[in-house]
Amino acid sequence: MDMAAAAGEVVPEIVLLAGAVVVLITALFTPRRLQHHAPWLSLIVIGVAAATTVPQLGAVQRIGFFDTYALDGTAVVGKLIVLAVAAITVGLTTEWFRSDDRAGELQTMLLFATLGAVLLAGAADLMELVLGLLLSSVTGYVLAAYHRQSKESGEAAIKYYLLGALTNALMLVGVVLLFGLGTTTTYPGLSQTLPGADPLGVLAGTGLLLLGMAFKVGAVPVHPWVPDVAEGAPAPAAAFLLTAPKVGGIIAIARIAALLADAPVGWRPAIALIAAATMTLGNLAALWQTDVRRLLGWSAVSQTGYALMAPVALGRSDLAIPSLLLFLAAYAAANLAAFGVVVELRGRTDLADYAGLARTRPWLFTGLVIAFLSMVGIPPLGGFAGKLALFAATIDAGYTWLAVLAVINSVISLAYYARVLGPGYFEPAPGPVPVLGTSAAVATGIAVVATVATGVVAEPLLRTFTDALLLP
Amino acid sequence: MLTASILMPLLGAVAMLTLRRTSEPTQRGVATGIAAVPLLLLIVVWTQFDGNGGFELIEQAPWIPSLGVTYKLGIDGMSLVLAVMSALIFAASTAYPTDLRGRGHEYYAWMLFLEAVSLGVFLALDLFLFYVFFDLSLVGMYFLIGVWGHGNARRAALKFFIYTLAGSLVMLLAILALYLATDPRTFDIPTLIASQPLAGSGLLGALAFWGFAIGLGVKTPLVPVHTWLPPAHVDAPAPASAILAGVLLKLGTYGFIRIMLQMMGEQYQRFAFPLAVIAVVSIVYGALVALGQPNLKRRIAYTSVNHMGYTILGVSACAAAIGLGDRDAQTLALTGAVVEMVAHGLITGALFLISGSIWQRGQSYEIADYGGLAARAPRMTAATVVAAFASLGLPGLAGFIAEFQIFVGTFAVYPWLAGIGLLGVVITAALFLQVLQRMFLGDLPDRWGDWTDVGRVETASLAVLLALVIVIGVYPRWLLSPIESATRAMGG
Repeated sequence: MDMAAAAGEVVPEIVLLAGAVVVLITALFTPRRLQHHAPWLSLIVIGVAAATTVPQLGAVQRIGFFDTYALDGTAVVGKLIVLAVAAITVGLTTEWFRSDDRAGELQTMLLFATLGAVLLAGAADLMELVLGLLLSSVTGYVLAAYHRQSKESGEAAIKYYLLGALTNALMLVGVVLLFGLGTTTTYPGLSQTLPGADPLGVLAGTGLLLLGMAFKVGAVPVHPWVPDVAEGAPAPAAAFLLTAPKVGGIIAIARIAALLADAPVGWRPAIALIAAATMTLGNLAALWQTDVRRLLGWSAVSQTGYALMAPVALGRSDLAIPSLLLFLAAYAAANLAAFGVVVELRGRTDLADYAGLARTRPWLFTGLVIAFLSMVGIPPLGGFAGKLALFAATIDAGYTWLAVLAVINSVISLAYYARVLGPGYFEPAPGPVPVLGTSAAVATGIAVVATVATGVVAEPLLRTFTDALLLP
Repeated sequence: MLTASILMPLLGAVAMLTLRRTSEPTQRGVATGIAAVPLLLLIVVWTQFDGNGGFELIEQAPWIPSLGVTYKLGIDGMSLVLAVMSALIFAASTAYPTDLRGRGHEYYAWMLFLEAVSLGVFLALDLFLFYVFFDLSLVGMYFLIGVWGHGNARRAALKFFIYTLAGSLVMLLAILALYLATDPRTFDIPTLIASQPLAGSGLLGALAFWGFAIGLGVKTPLVPVHTWLPPAHVDAPAPASAILAGVLLKLGTYGFIRIMLQMMGEQYQRFAFPLAVIAVVSIVYGALVALGQPNLKRRIAYTSVNHMGYTILGVSACAAAIGLGDRDAQTLALTGAVVEMVAHGLITGALFLISGSIWQRGQSYEIADYGGLAARAPRMTAATVVAAFASLGLPGLAGFIAEFQIFVGTFAVYPWLAGIGLLGVVITAALFLQVLQRMFLGDLPDRWGDWTDVGRVETASLAVLLALVIVIGVYPRWLLSPIESATRAMGG
């Protein structure tokens, strides 16, 4: 295979990369009064990347780019979800960063972070996985710290960075171990060689690998950055960081699990335990929050736990992959919708500030209700369809206890979502509520519509997802 | 036709939201008009109903074929009468005056939304669709209790939501177990009934069965998972209480018959006895606790626990009778259970509406605060007397028809349990007579000197419900024949 043909397989990624550079250069040479064009440029780049990704949906599902990059349905759908998240995030950033003279650079960072998440979804090679992880992480630290005058923003970024540096380094050790044992870094190669390798070494290697990925998706035990980033990072950045890397990361975890299918390590119970601990801890911690953004952060942790049920069912239930993709799409929509409301409310975050929202800002409140009910799993919203498919896959795979635990968690989660919704609907409003602007409102609206749509018209989505493969 | 009876109130709910600036009587008039549409549609459906034992008037469209989910509606005799009863209670409750707190348009929007999804539960012939409607009913009731309730309304609303959501999620797992056992995978209710996917599956079947028993038992409610009910009832606005008792509890018992008895007949036969025991405990315990309540609404609420116990006793006796091959007992017990659902809906709906009228005038539910109201409010007294006597099972009224059949059916299989269950009837009689005596007879306290009788709208709403109670009691044939057409077909 020659280089040109191989490059043809990663056009969307090249578009993102080149686009990010173009946006950066444009931002550098554009006078301050024209900087507000940067988001439009960014949207065009994302649009082109998505337009070049869509044809891949119908193509033959295979591992391309010299056996290192997956072009299977799971990767392509994952990419599209990440790109949609990026596009909505751009909408949330425009007004939020209007007074910031680095708005152009912000778009560059966002595009690079998007590329990182996209690479995670497609990586079928350990080195490429590391590349995706690092690109996603490094840009993530910058995005989290973007308000450099803000103490909270700095604190969140430092916590995010320290935890990330540690886990990323450990993950590299794991990669080296697996490379040593398997004599190759490509997944197709490793799936041949790992089953014959020393089980203890494989266990250590994959364990460290999973630790790195657990950090990325905010799973126990390396989750503590999530609520801090949710609270401290600029709200649009938090919306993105809690969503896009998670989509890529969980697909990457699933791909590692598929890779290990024949290897002599008990990864299935291990991921099940992580899923159980993550959903439970996230929920219990969310119960006590008086800060809506922290609450959303902890809720995002618990949602990671649900999503991890899908890799557990991999190979045992034909619903595993469709349920994962449906859930990720629904989660991304609901999470963006909830954060979008926070952004549109100019980042107001105190629980008490949400009292009476139903009277003062009925549309925003409706969006929040839809986002939360979707996260609880109330039909016919996307979160319900996703959870239903996840539960079915998990029971089908013989992990009924995990499904039962997820149900218990869903019930608990209702209590803290109701802590926001109750006062919002039942109490009188203390005063007028200023909002941010049109583009943030439109982006939020799109996310809300997507939250409903992923549930109501789940059929075309599921049909696409059912054919999706997850190649090792 | 069936789709329209769900869609109309749903669209009506959206339409209500635009009526923010209109006066409360206008809002109520419009809402009542919309709420009555499904009733009229369903009465037309009744005239077209054949009663051949199967599902009729099926309306379907593909929804999520990849998962075997179809938008499918249809009726048999049981769902028909329950849907008509529900539509009637909704129309009456919507018309019933209550304190709207200046948010009438929202109140009526939620009422109509709740009507749509409640009817959806009875009309759905797809288990997925059933679950969707079942869960949405929680959302509607949560807001109704939370905003328009009194006392610690938000706490009661949240408790209601969390309890019943927990129950419905447990049921969801059981639904998934059923679904995963089908091949090709489907949520289609007639197919599930015909194929009995979990028959002979041992532990999984048992787990799924008890998953349903817990999930639906919370909604029903059965002891010991009934504790959400009293606060929800006491703090809810009276029309919402009427709907909660009259319609929403039936969603649980309906599931007992439609899902557990019909789709998991083998398991139900296996576990009929423990469920019958739980039912009898609910009957006796519910009645005893009701007797001890000084609060009128709590008292009525606990009689619901008692009456739903009769229903589950009837269903369980039917399952046991199927096991024994006793066709008569089986049909009697099950028909009785369905009639009890209808009768309880009408009777308790009326009782809660009356208690709402009392609250509107006295701002108190304490029985001890009242006395001698009969002198000031003859119509209110008459309505209460009819409803109370019907509830305690006086012959000639609807409750009697139901309880008689249930107990006769149960005697054939569980004579001892039937005997103990009869205690419940005696206690219920005592507690209702006590209410009548303390509140309506005796001396009128001075502060109720200007007590007014129920108004025109209240009288009309109550009269419709109670007239039916009497009609069913005196001439039950028209109600029994569609129900029997369904229940006869259920035993196979």
